[in-house]
Amino acid sequence: MSDFFNSGWSVFIAAVTILGLVGCLALLFGASRRKVMSATDNTTGHVWDGDLVELNNPLPRWWMMLFIITVVFGAIYLALYPGLGARAGTLQWSSTGEHQADVAAARAQIAPLYARFNALAPEALAKDAQAMALGERLFVNNCAQCHGSNARGSKGFPNLTDNDWLWGGAPERIMETIREGRNGNMPPMAAAVGTSEEVRNVANYVLSLSDSPHNSVAAQLGRPKFVVCAACHGMDGKGNPALGSANLTDKVWLHGWGEDAIVRMVNEGKHNVMPAHKDRLSEDQIRVLGTYVWSLSQPGSLTAQR
Amino acid sequence: MAEPRKVIPIAAAPAGGTVSMYTSEATIHARSVHGWFAAWRWALVWGTQIVFYGLPWLSWNGRPAMLFDLGARRFYIFNLVLYPQDFIYLTGLLILSAYGLFLFTAVAGRLWCGYACPQTVYTEIFMWVEHHFEGDRQARIKLDKSGWSLNKLWRRGGKHVVWIAIGLWTGFTFVGYFTPIRTLGAEVLSLGLGPWETFWVLFYGFATYGNAGFMREQVCKYMCPYARFQSAMFDHDTLIISYDEKRGEQRGARARTADKAALGLGDCVDCTLCVQVCPTGIDIRQGLQYECIGCAACIDVCNTVMDKLEYPRGLIRYATQRSLVEGGAALTVKRVLRPRVLIYGAVLVLIAGGFTASLALRAPLRVDVVRDRGSLARIVDEGRIENVYRLQVMNNTEVTQRYRFAVSGIPGAQVLARSDTRLAPAESRWVPVAVQVPPEQAQALGPGAHKLVFQVTREADADNLAVSVNEKSTFVVPR
Repeated sequence: MSDFFNSGWSVFIAAVTILGLVGCLALLFGASRRKVMSATDNTTGHVWDGDLVELNNPLPRWWMMLFIITVVFGAIYLALYPGLGARAGTLQWSSTGEHQADVAAARAQIAPLYARFNALAPEALAKDAQAMALGERLFVNNCAQCHGSNARGSKGFPNLTDNDWLWGGAPERIMETIREGRNGNMPPMAAAVGTSEEVRNVANYVLSLSDSPHNSVAAQLGRPKFVVCAACHGMDGKGNPALGSANLTDKVWLHGWGEDAIVRMVNEGKHNVMPAHKDRLSEDQIRVLGTYVWSLSQPGSLTAQR
Repeated sequence: MAEPRKVIPIAAAPAGGTVSMYTSEATIHARSVHGWFAAWRWALVWGTQIVFYGLPWLSWNGRPAMLFDLGARRFYIFNLVLYPQDFIYLTGLLILSAYGLFLFTAVAGRLWCGYACPQTVYTEIFMWVEHHFEGDRQARIKLDKSGWSLNKLWRRGGKHVVWIAIGLWTGFTFVGYFTPIRTLGAEVLSLGLGPWETFWVLFYGFATYGNAGFMREQVCKYMCPYARFQSAMFDHDTLIISYDEKRGEQRGARARTADKAALGLGDCVDCTLCVQVCPTGIDIRQGLQYECIGCAACIDVCNTVMDKLEYPRGLIRYATQRSLVEGGAALTVKRVLRPRVLIYGAVLVLIAGGFTASLALRAPLRVDVVRDRGSLARIVDEGRIENVYRLQVMNNTEVTQRYRFAVSGIPGAQVLARSDTRLAPAESRWVPVAVQVPPEQAQALGPGAHKLVFQVTREADADNLAVSVNEKSTFVVPR
């Protein structure tokens, strides 16, 4: 990929670079042949303030050779590596390539470490201190940005420690979530539900499912309309991990709690994405990380220290 | 009273004309020298090189005593385990070295250059090898001029083989500070040296070979910045290697039994030995010159001449400019304890004290607190306010440590962390912890950021007492 608007700039930069190198060589060559005046007493003959003179101590010739070596080094570098305009260099080196090589080398290096873990079932793996320390490191580096360092999430980003799983909480399901990502999509349902009054009624019915404060008259009126929602959330409103539809009967409200928040969800829908990590993490890493995440929701994972 | 104007004699250049802008430096064939100061230099060669070549082989706690593990970012120095976060100690060490240099230079000139600088030390070693293969000054000059012969070939070749061997061993030792040297040795024997290890062994080896074998005084004259700024630390009471002009002139050859007074001669017999032994090729009789590295070779050789003539030693000696003009001893307590020396000394003592105290009081663990970037604060069960933090805990020791976390600054605040946090020797880890504050307390605090102090305690075990480290942070109560 070129960083230039068009090939003209690339040629211009390459020309300036080569001209610079040639210019340096010409200057060195010219200077090495030039003779300068010197007085008999090894000074330049200039005198200031009556007694300040300028000694003429010429640079040693080997020092000039160092300059020539830098020019030669520059020429070799430009031939091998990117530098002459858009030219890639004969080594075809790129920072992306180097990064990928480093990642591959690091994976090869850690593979033996993970080999031991692959023999363990998730339940046993969760009890392995070394594996969980690795899992924690992976979590902090890859997951904590959204789910928080202690995995308790925030609005829009699920809490991973509460045993409420949109896509299922078995270790294998969690690993699948990490590997493939998840694409949670609730379409805007206002048209199917009806008027804004009816949407409000449905919202109150949804609140009633979890015994949250609600208007019971409105909830009764909204109940028939919940059929529209039941397609995904089920008639009992307990959700469906195969679709990633939320359980509406618990008190976990990922996108906001209360009538207004539910009305907005029905009207506008929601598209919430968990990105896939299979290109970022190796399968071995995903297995350890998935087990770590699963272990977070097991009893006794966190303790109050004071 | 105005001081007499200092006259720096300058060698007369060949009659005026044009000269090239570059000069080819002639090889200097320094004559070998024995004496009191040469012995001191050899003592320092042995001292510094036994430490340099020996230290990587020394084991400590089942690992090299001195190991700079760049890959793992851990620096082991005997009992110390340093992290990149401890970089300040390197700064301290450099400041100590700098003030040490200032102090010694102010008192006695370029002692470092003359006796302990690696450039001097390796040049000394290389010149010793050269002397064994090619003989002393005259023999070397002759060999230089002679055409190629079998004799010249083996003398030259042998010298270079030994030089290269020393260079490679030096490079190997240098890399041995970064890769355990026994591992490195095994890698060399099995030809399994990594690309960077190979590069540094060869590069450092080549630098040693080139600098000590070929560049020699050129390094001091043209490359070394210290050589130039040390003269800025000289004053009239600094010991410099000086030719006593009053005593030496009028110089000239004389018979050993001749009466120099009758001939109108001073003590200098103009034997030019002081020029022949000079590793930088100057004539010390022309006064203080920037090329002089203060090696005192001229003092040693001149003293042997004075001894033969049964004149008193010290025609060339360590003297101060003041003592040369006014006479008297060069070093007197009054002259040494001048403000410049006292200030350098005081600063040196102060920094050395701070450095030692800081190392001695260094906690066995280090903690950094970083607030979670994911969420500022959240409301959890029963209306409690929760903030999340990451504590970077670093184990500064080579035993496993267990930790306990606590907070202070907000009454009722509670820490939630995974039970049983342990760190392996020299391990560092991000430990996520949550802090929860009860709703009534949060209400009393009001919205905004409040001061919170984390206390991380390394729990006591069989050999160690519990140690706590406090680290400040904030707790946010949302609106």
